[in-house]
Amino acid sequence: MVGITSYGAYVPRFRLNREAIAKGARGEKAICNFDEDSITMAVAAVNDCLNGIDRGTVDGLYFATTTSAYKEKLEASIVAMAADLREDIFTADFAHSLRAGTSALRAAIDAIKAGSAKKVMVAAADCRLGTPGSALEQNFGDGAGALLIGDSDVAATVEASYSVYNEILDVWRADGDTFVRSWEERFASTRGYLEVVGGVVSGLMKKFGFSPGDFTKVVFYTPDARRSTDLASSLGFDAKTQLQDPLFATMGNTGTAFPLMLLVAALEEAKAGDRILLASYGNGSDAFVLKVTDQIEKIRNRRGMKGHLASKKVITDYKKYLIWRGLLPQEEIPGPVRFFSAPAAWRESEANFRLRGVKCQVCGTIQFPPQRVCTKCHAKDQFEPYRLSDKKAKIFTFAMDYVTPAPELPTVTTTIDFDGGGRMECYMTDREPEQVSCGLPVEMSFRKLLDKDGARIYFWKSIPVRT
Amino acid sequence: MGSIKDKVAIVGMGCTKFGELWDKSYKDLMVDACYEAFEDAGIEPKDIQMAWYGSRESGFTGAHLANALKLEYIPVSRVENFCAGGTDTFRNACYGVASGACDIALACGVEKTKDHLGGFSMYITVPFDRSLVEWDLPPVSQFAQLATRYFHHYGLSYEQGRQILGKIAVKNHHNGTLSPKAHFRREITLEQAMNAPMISYPLNLYDACGMSDGGAAAIITTPEIAKSLRKDYILVKALALTNGAGQAVLQPEYDFVHIPETVAAGKAAYQEAGIKKPRQEIDIAIVHDCFTITELLIYEDLGFSPRGKGPEDVEAGTFTLEGELPVNTDGGLKCFGHPLSASGLRMIYEVYKQLQGKAGPRQLKKADIGLTHNVGGVNGFFNCAVAIFGKP
Repeated sequence: MVGITSYGAYVPRFRLNREAIAKGARGEKAICNFDEDSITMAVAAVNDCLNGIDRGTVDGLYFATTTSAYKEKLEASIVAMAADLREDIFTADFAHSLRAGTSALRAAIDAIKAGSAKKVMVAAADCRLGTPGSALEQNFGDGAGALLIGDSDVAATVEASYSVYNEILDVWRADGDTFVRSWEERFASTRGYLEVVGGVVSGLMKKFGFSPGDFTKVVFYTPDARRSTDLASSLGFDAKTQLQDPLFATMGNTGTAFPLMLLVAALEEAKAGDRILLASYGNGSDAFVLKVTDQIEKIRNRRGMKGHLASKKVITDYKKYLIWRGLLPQEEIPGPVRFFSAPAAWRESEANFRLRGVKCQVCGTIQFPPQRVCTKCHAKDQFEPYRLSDKKAKIFTFAMDYVTPAPELPTVTTTIDFDGGGRMECYMTDREPEQVSCGLPVEMSFRKLLDKDGARIYFWKSIPVRT
Repeated sequence: MGSIKDKVAIVGMGCTKFGELWDKSYKDLMVDACYEAFEDAGIEPKDIQMAWYGSRESGFTGAHLANALKLEYIPVSRVENFCAGGTDTFRNACYGVASGACDIALACGVEKTKDHLGGFSMYITVPFDRSLVEWDLPPVSQFAQLATRYFHHYGLSYEQGRQILGKIAVKNHHNGTLSPKAHFRREITLEQAMNAPMISYPLNLYDACGMSDGGAAAIITTPEIAKSLRKDYILVKALALTNGAGQAVLQPEYDFVHIPETVAAGKAAYQEAGIKKPRQEIDIAIVHDCFTITELLIYEDLGFSPRGKGPEDVEAGTFTLEGELPVNTDGGLKCFGHPLSASGLRMIYEVYKQLQGKAGPRQLKKADIGLTHNVGGVNGFFNCAVAIFGKP
């Protein structure tokens, strides 16, 4: 029995009221903070998915996105490091297609079936840009989903899968483009989405002998708020009772991550025995039939879609959104002269990506960053690694810089003390200046620190505990 | 361990005007500071046997000083130790004389911060390429964290805390008006200090020192030679230097309401100088008020005020020109700005002049024992220099 053994999701804390983009536009879309990208969101979703799960049991990680930080360089390795997964696992990026998330899912299922792995993490994230003011910009949302595929403790068994491809230029982004392009919507939806996803769903039902009444819920990727309703109705489903809400009012189309995130939303509501149909879209479609087991009750303690959607801050300042996305030129103020060093970053990767400090084996003192000589007992080289990324902490003291140029002021610096030991000085993000105080509970979030000399530098920041 | 006490003397000092010296190069500042010192000591440049040059950015080798002054083929070492660089330059020259390696040494610190675009944080470069996750925070956010915790620790409201810090700024600005070489020379009101634009919460514009260009120099020799040159030479009583080992950020026990590097340097200096009751025995202290919170902590860390009682002493006017222990009589970093490697020597210059009774309108009635103090770096990694001086 192969299937989903755990799920996780991440929706950024910030939502842009669509009114800010166009007068009369309804609802809100989830947007990354200035220091987030698809990699950081994937890390958050994976860590949500790993809640209560031994990270050492994960045998592979597939990362899917159309919004890569690099054109040539693996990104799954960054996600795997930040999730503190083993080094001897298989990692791969699935890219270039909105279907990449389900392509990775299918590859993971096949890897488990073939016996080459026991557990594979599938993570998908996107933060696509529509031309400022366009309908696409209104539709797009940012987010990430993660599914842990395995063959034991399965919460949703994969009963069937079915795929088709089609070659069409309906929605695309060329190398060098900043914004997603789309052909006329009538063409894109009739000859693209409706025809292809309709074809894969009917093909799957025909091949495996299902009828619309066999499914408790259908989860369809959709390019806009209405199209999946049209699709479900045309296929004989009752859109009102069977179709998963595509969350356009609260989140928007999260691209590659969208089908996975909607599936997580459906699983959060599912009961043992439910059957779920999942279908993606992007130059073809991947469809899956999932049967929910009673194991589902054991993985409820995730923030998932519900928790993340409920924890939000709505922004109405369109200019702020443009600055965060780097779309509004800023006055250039000369910064400090600093040079990035790949060897230095490589040497520090255990600390900087895995957020591993050290624990002294002689006196037990937890220290970050890792030291050679213990700060307390001065024992030399007698340390064991100690993961801090999953620990909660409290602010001991802080400062808020209103002057040094940054995409979002004030820049909050915190010195935090971890529950269970260890102190760290780090930036704080996703915060309201008025809430920052000594003693405030925080947790760690993997963020983009800066782009320098073609390298994207990531590190951990503190954030107020998301509730 | 030996002691420097009474083993070396200052026989001459020079200090340039501090400020936005657009028309002066760093070598101009070397010449101006050193020639004032030569004249003050009554010696010629050729009398210098060894020299130490302090700079962070303005000249990376001793040859820069040699070229400016035409010190031909004598040893010149460059010293860099961040905010304590000036005092450390002086310290090295003192040990050079005390060791007997030379009889007359020059210590000079110069910095041209205003030749760089932007403020302090723009000016500081890291010496090594690195991963950049240790993205150097602007210094103000390091010290602002101390202020945040100080307010929290002692239950001061933001307004109460700001009031105390504001009074320190007002005091130093007043002293600066009496200091012809200072960069900023105007009074500010407490209201101005309270309501200035925020820089890094809870510190505002008037909590921060400015950035300036400047240079200062000292001629150091043995007490015997000093006697032959002038009557009012000044004796070095103590030289202490400490460095943090990261404790503040590695050990959650650190409370962020004191700077342990200052405590340790003060203790070492007092022991060397034989000072038991600093508040009573020290007549003048020129300390590192890079931010007002730093000066507040120094009161307590150097034993001028009991723990947590610094604010009471500020309210009582203890550290004003007329107070029990005048601090930053020349206006401090607040009014001079902070050209890093020049600051320590500028502080010694003020103590030197006060002890000689040549401090003009800000001259203290009693000035027999003086102290200077620098602290620089980031929490856990401060370097701190404390020096004590006395009359022969």
